[in-house]
Amino acid sequence: MIVIDNVYKSFGPKHVLRGVSMEIPDGKSTVIIGRSGTGKSVLLKLIVGLLQPDSGTITIDGRRVDLMDEKELYEMRRHVGYVFQGAALFDSMTVAENLVLGLYEHGERDTSLLNNEIRTNLVNVGLLPDPKSLSEDGFAKAYDILANKKPSELSGGMRKRVGVARALVGTPKYVFYDEPTTGLDPITSEQIDNLVCDLTHKLDVTSIVITHDIFSVYKVAHAVVMLEEGVIHFNGSPRQLQQSPDPVVQEFIERYAMTRTADALAPPVPPDK
Amino acid sequence: MIGNIFAAVGRGVMGFFAELGRIVLLLIAVFRYVPSAFRSRRLVLEQMSVIGVSSLPLVLLVGSFTGAIAALQATNLFAKFNLLALARPFVGGSIATVVFTELSPVLTALVIAGRVGGSIAAQIGTMKVSEQIDALEMMAIHPDRYLAMPRVLAAMTMMPILIIFSNLVAILGAFFLVILKFNFTSVDYFISVRNFFSVTEILTGLLKSLTFGMATALIGCYVGFRTDGGAEGVGQSTVRSFTLSSAAILVLDAIFGYVL
Ligand SMILES: Nc1ncnc2c1ncn2[C@@H]1O[C@H](COP(=O)(O)OP(=O)(O)OP(=O)(O)O)[C@@H](O)[C@H]1O
Ligand SMILES: [Mg+2]
Repeated sequence: MIVIDNVYKSFGPKHVLRGVSMEIPDGKSTVIIGRSGTGKSVLLKLIVGLLQPDSGTITIDGRRVDLMDEKELYEMRRHVGYVFQGAALFDSMTVAENLVLGLYEHGERDTSLLNNEIRTNLVNVGLLPDPKSLSEDGFAKAYDILANKKPSELSGGMRKRVGVARALVGTPKYVFYDEPTTGLDPITSEQIDNLVCDLTHKLDVTSIVITHDIFSVYKVAHAVVMLEEGVIHFNGSPRQLQQSPDPVVQEFIERYAMTRTADALAPPVPPDK
Repeated sequence: MIGNIFAAVGRGVMGFFAELGRIVLLLIAVFRYVPSAFRSRRLVLEQMSVIGVSSLPLVLLVGSFTGAIAALQATNLFAKFNLLALARPFVGGSIATVVFTELSPVLTALVIAGRVGGSIAAQIGTMKVSEQIDALEMMAIHPDRYLAMPRVLAAMTMMPILIIFSNLVAILGAFFLVILKFNFTSVDYFISVRNFFSVTEILTGLLKSLTFGMATALIGCYVGFRTDGGAEGVGQSTVRSFTLSSAAILVLDAIFGYVL
């Protein structure tokens, strides 16, 4: 369980978080929504100790993150997968190396285990087809092509999914997703949403998902937290969110629902000549 | 008015020492990880190749011209006072001394500061602004071990090796110049070099270059880690790294000159 208690964080004169308190229960998905620049990413980084709070406390499994030394932080982070907003892939390394760098640097040299992690997780995020749907050779070929690519050779959406796959390597207890579906097409988005649900239900993973996609909220959230102006503006179930009379919440839902509907109503693109 | 100036100067001085302190802290962190260099030898070797092998052509170019220009200056100076005939036995030796102890280490280090220091800062700076450093942290990999230690270690070992090459071509460059322009014989020149240079001078140069290499890589990493503000920030870091490491090289050289 993660407990955040009265956390403040500013950068210079900019007060980003102003007294945030919340609890994140184990084995559930908590979704964080809120306008751009309200400190969602900052909050996630505070939880894993990439940033230090100015005041307030953060506890993971009963241990204070804000008091941890380097060794304790590293020990804690080995149980946490983190999907960065911009994917943050190592651009000097191949896809495969990106995925297993952590395992490798901590002494794992078993090639078949490493390959298996790469394979499973690339399939999970839909970057490789289900091995059963292809001949063994066909799959091996697809795998080789993708695994040896550098991030610069991938599209934005593919990079994002490699970032998700990397976070899932080693089946962490906690997975934090910073906008995992932003910039993905609706089908891939749904696949990622399904993956988040699967991990929570089957493997008992605790997830925190930052998203702007109201459809993802309804799909994956057990609890929804809305940040606004550096404080928690709403905290409840997706159902309560939908029925909330609060104008800020309502505006948020309508705006985002509208963008998706607009997409759906857009005229089909004429086929290429 | 005057008060403001003093305040500004004070802040500048404080800022300088704060910065220096943080660089020293990074150095300590790097040395703390040196014992893990063997385990991370792949990283160290990779950096040695990036820093050493790929800089070699440039170092050879700079070295040979350094030698030739040193020779030109030395002979011109003797000629100006009509001492060339008298000085003939000393020309080779004085060129060697100047090249081995000063010109070759300092000029090579400055060139490397631009090339290697700048690229270290740009690379680490890019990793910083694109959250790759955070990603390393999340994998429980310390950036000081994974990024800084291999670079500093590689620069410290490769710089003296580059200087040896630079010394060699500089002496040859000087040789060709005095042969072609001042009608020296090769015997004149090499006997003079042999008689008057000492191994200590070469070692001094190598010791200096080791610290120059360390300073360049260390400053490159330091500036890289402190980069923010996107692509523009990365650009600023590149320039800043070159400026700081050139200054560091000259200051270190002055300290060496004073102490040794
Ligand atoms: N390292 C930092 N240094 C200075 N300011 C920062 C830093 N990180 C974040 N900020 C500031 O904190 C504020 C909140 O940033 P954050 O990235 O958390 O927003 P967000 O809610 O994730 O927005 P988005 O939906 O656009 O990702 C921003 O105004 C940003 O400028
Ligand atoms: Mg964000």
